[in-house]
Amino acid sequence: MNQPGMWDALRGIVRRDLLLAMRRRSDVAMSVFFLVIVASLFPLGVGPEPAVLRTIAAGVLWVAALLACLLSLGRVFTADYLDGVLEQMLLIAQPLPVLVVGKVFAHWLISGLPVVLLSPLLGLQFGLSGEPLGVLVLSLLLGTPTLSMIGAIGAALVLGVRGSGLLVALLVLPLYVPVLIFGAGAVTSSLAGVGGEANLSLLGACLALSLFFAPWATAAALRIALE
Amino acid sequence: MLQAVALSCTRGERRLFSDLTVTVIPGTLLAVVGENGSGKTSLLRMLCTLLSPEAGTILWKGQDIRQLKEQYYAQLTYIGHLNGVKDDLTPVENLTVAASVTGDRSSAEMVQEALEQVGLKRGVHRLPTRVLSQGQKRRVALARLWLSTRPLWLLDEPFTSLDTAATGYVTGRLRSHLQQGGLAVVVTHQEVALPPETVQRLRLTG
Repeated sequence: MNQPGMWDALRGIVRRDLLLAMRRRSDVAMSVFFLVIVASLFPLGVGPEPAVLRTIAAGVLWVAALLACLLSLGRVFTADYLDGVLEQMLLIAQPLPVLVVGKVFAHWLISGLPVVLLSPLLGLQFGLSGEPLGVLVLSLLLGTPTLSMIGAIGAALVLGVRGSGLLVALLVLPLYVPVLIFGAGAVTSSLAGVGGEANLSLLGACLALSLFFAPWATAAALRIALE
Repeated sequence: MLQAVALSCTRGERRLFSDLTVTVIPGTLLAVVGENGSGKTSLLRMLCTLLSPEAGTILWKGQDIRQLKEQYYAQLTYIGHLNGVKDDLTPVENLTVAASVTGDRSSAEMVQEALEQVGLKRGVHRLPTRVLSQGQKRRVALARLWLSTRPLWLLDEPFTSLDTAATGYVTGRLRSHLQQGGLAVVVTHQEVALPPETVQRLRLTG
């Protein structure tokens, strides 16, 4: 369990997933396009009233981000499970929760980070600007890693189950509720002029909590899935 | 030394084996044979902790492998019946990443060398593994053996879909592993062409 070995293993896992994402760019593009389209449909449906759009902006963008994350969850472990890379991962001489963090980090880089980077553009579409827009980006930056962390537990639990796409949504969406409330709440309170700090701190707390517990839960779920 | 003491295995309702005791000493190979569904793979998965035995313990150098965990994983190379190879990566990328993840030493030359040892020509080293044949994919998986310096090898049907030449290469690699004092547990249907004094056979009757 030496430290350099652990870093090598982590780096190897992240590198492999990024390489695979580069080879399958369409998969990555799909969840990003999904986000853009969902977020663009709302102004079309609700109408171009700036005041209304500003009010719904946070909620719509956060729900869209959440669904985009959900769409990509299937990719975290399923392919590895089917081609045997996952059972090899369980036999690496490093603590499994640490390796899980590597997998989740790669998932966030591929599906969470693009959402964060696109959000200013989508926010502008909803008439957000100035501080609320900044708060939106910050809330997503804090919130999307939490979504990946929690999502990994669900993705590990449904491994090898038929119809796992729907099942993972049912498992994970309720757990996403606090993140959604704090994330959208941060933007709303910033719009109301009271600042988003309180909600942002709560999002930070969610992230810390999920960073601490989710890898262990995911590791346990993976071991059960491979029995 | 790897010891299995009074192991039992039940899958579903079926009792596959019970009270199985076997010892593998350094420099020898345990060939696990038996019909399909007799519990060979289950035994191998127990030996690498992927499956927990219903009863009994497995000892590595006298210590329970369930307690050793990562220390035990550092001693073994496991190649299951799934190749553990990514279809979208090239054989070179697959081996390089696998080695860096498991902590085996690997340089570009060593990876190149390993692939050639298992009989994969340079032409296929940079192709996506997806376009290779079953046998070639199996060779990519088995090339890990040339990078492994671990004392314990656990191999599940290593010779499946290999041609005679590749079977020869892998057998040769097994021989030199045993000569260096390594241990191996191999699930197989074929006779392993190794000196009889180094091979112990275990027949599972199911």
